[in-house]
Amino acid sequence: MYVELRNINKKFGNFQAADNISFSIEKGSLIGLLGPSGSGKTTILRLIAGLEDPDSGDIFIDGKRVNDLEPSHRGIGFVFQNYALFRYMTVFDNIAFGLEVQKKDKAYIKKRVSELISLIGLGGLENRRPHQLSGGQKQRVAFARALAPNPALLLLDEPFAAIDAKVRKELRSWLRETINKVGITSIFVTHDQDEAVEVADKIIITNHGRIEQMGTPVDIYKNPTTPFAAKFIGESSTIENYYNLHGFSRDEGYDKAIIRPEFVSISKLGKEIYPHASEQGIVKEVFFRGNMLEVKISIADNEIIAYRSLEDEELVPGEKISVLIYRLYLYNEDSVRLIENEILTSRPEFSI
Amino acid sequence: MKQKRKQTQWLLIFIGIVFITIMLVLPLATVLVYALRQGWNAFYGAINDDYTKMALSLTLKTTIVVVMINTLFGIFASWAVTKYRFRIKHILTTLIDIPFSISPIIAGLVFILVFGRIGWAYPFLEKFDISIVFATPGVHIVTIFVTFPFVFRELVPIMTAQGSDEESAAALMGAGWIRIFRKITFPHIKWGLLYGMILCTARALGEFGAVSVVSGHLRGKTVTLPLHVEILFNEFKITSAFAVSSILVIIAVIILIMRNIVEYRVKKEER
Ligand SMILES: Nc1ncnc2c1ncn2[C@@H]1O[C@H](COP(=O)(O)OP(=O)(O)OP(=O)(O)O)[C@@H](O)[C@H]1O
Ligand SMILES: [Mg+2]
Repeated sequence: MYVELRNINKKFGNFQAADNISFSIEKGSLIGLLGPSGSGKTTILRLIAGLEDPDSGDIFIDGKRVNDLEPSHRGIGFVFQNYALFRYMTVFDNIAFGLEVQKKDKAYIKKRVSELISLIGLGGLENRRPHQLSGGQKQRVAFARALAPNPALLLLDEPFAAIDAKVRKELRSWLRETINKVGITSIFVTHDQDEAVEVADKIIITNHGRIEQMGTPVDIYKNPTTPFAAKFIGESSTIENYYNLHGFSRDEGYDKAIIRPEFVSISKLGKEIYPHASEQGIVKEVFFRGNMLEVKISIADNEIIAYRSLEDEELVPGEKISVLIYRLYLYNEDSVRLIENEILTSRPEFSI
Repeated sequence: MKQKRKQTQWLLIFIGIVFITIMLVLPLATVLVYALRQGWNAFYGAINDDYTKMALSLTLKTTIVVVMINTLFGIFASWAVTKYRFRIKHILTTLIDIPFSISPIIAGLVFILVFGRIGWAYPFLEKFDISIVFATPGVHIVTIFVTFPFVFRELVPIMTAQGSDEESAAALMGAGWIRIFRKITFPHIKWGLLYGMILCTARALGEFGAVSVVSGHLRGKTVTLPLHVEILFNEFKITSAFAVSSILVIIAVIILIMRNIVEYRVKKEER
């Protein structure tokens, strides 16, 4: 394990910003810290970097307990939420700063900085000041500056937050590739789940200063272990009376369910394949989502969302349709359970 | 309608000009007129007087000491308040503003009560043969007291706007605080700092009330220029009083010009 946090607590006044946080990450992996605003993501990064001291708990980096180690001796590169570039220095001086502090010789600094500038693709802009750069360019400079002293661990706080959607996507894959190329253990913060899913090897979901779940994106998507994780990842809607739906019976421990569009298939009345397992619903609205249609359906007093191919027959609002629900996540205060449509699973031709 | 607006406009401008002329230009012009009324020789004589020279030198010395100390203090205090979190921050910020709200006379009296013959620190000072009240250290100390919020007040908003992430980033890379200050904080605050220093200088040069209380009016020893003017005036040496005043006026004008230049730079920097 390269980085490990054990039972970390941190309070700001009376506010518990980190609540008994424990996790560990492997060397070379890219971890996404995902959670709503104010859930403690930045706090976790700052604790690891040593910019905040935990009230209790231990932090290990590379097997060594670093609680009492100066931030600058932890071998960490940090990209701040707003980049925090040194505004009175040129791009070159920004990137060279860490090396100058380490008193590296001039020739080495020059070589290393040019190397990084070509890595981030900003050749020719060495003498610009931060305010003469675009958001994406600033982001890259911040990244290069953090990498320059060859840190063993890179922490990135919402590296793409200030960048528009299109450039963001490009930068995202650029960052993934570059981090792979450099081969450095990295933790990045985001509150955008697409970003986390696309970029990270593993995701840590934070909420109210706690860790809800840690796992690979697919794992968290398929097996959310907490209600929060189930709702936070993927598109989801809540269903109140799940036991009134065909194929689902009441489980006393749970009174609500979460449903995702992927769990639903819709067809025109009379064209359904499994009539017994299906439900009648009413089309509320149909949205065009670029490569598919998103259909809002009202069913047994709940509103759910389903996807439909553009190739399929057109649906109009108000139309009655047949809705087949394959599975649901039941949840209560603290646990989640996946249940399948009983009518479908009891049919031999479906359970193959 | 338009005609009416024009009238209002002219009226306001006229009132402004008249007011400034009566309250500001006339008195200042009078200073120069009275100073030169008995000709250049009398003027020169008043200025070339030994006591005047000593008063000028004490004033300049005091100003230099005060500005230096308050600059350092202002930088440290504003740094502490803006870059760190601690409990008594609000109390500290409020305390620092006290000299702005307290009358200088009272400030002077406070120091008499602390360091003077009746003050609690007096036995201690006497033991080490240090005199503060009725001596130059007293003049320095009260002037420091009266002027210390200036630099602090100028720097706090600038440093708050900058935040502390740049400093954190540099510290994380192992930079010491001297390097951080020199390379990151200072370039950002330099014009604001200079502006604060100029305001502090202007106030230190002209301080009268507090100094008057602690100085004891020892001619040639603890008398600053403003006090010197008062003494001359009380002795009915009107021409000399105005001649010495004119030195202060000229310095004030120079400071005003410098202030405007720096103000312009600060504004430019902010854009
Ligand atoms: N220095 C501080 N003093 C007091 N409270 C703080 C401080 N820093 C953070 N907090 C509080 O701790 C909580 C977690 O903050 P943190 O910055 O870690 O959130 P975050 O998950 O990074 O949010 P965002 O996505 O908005 O950046 C917030 O409620 C915040 O108000
Ligand atoms: Mg944050």
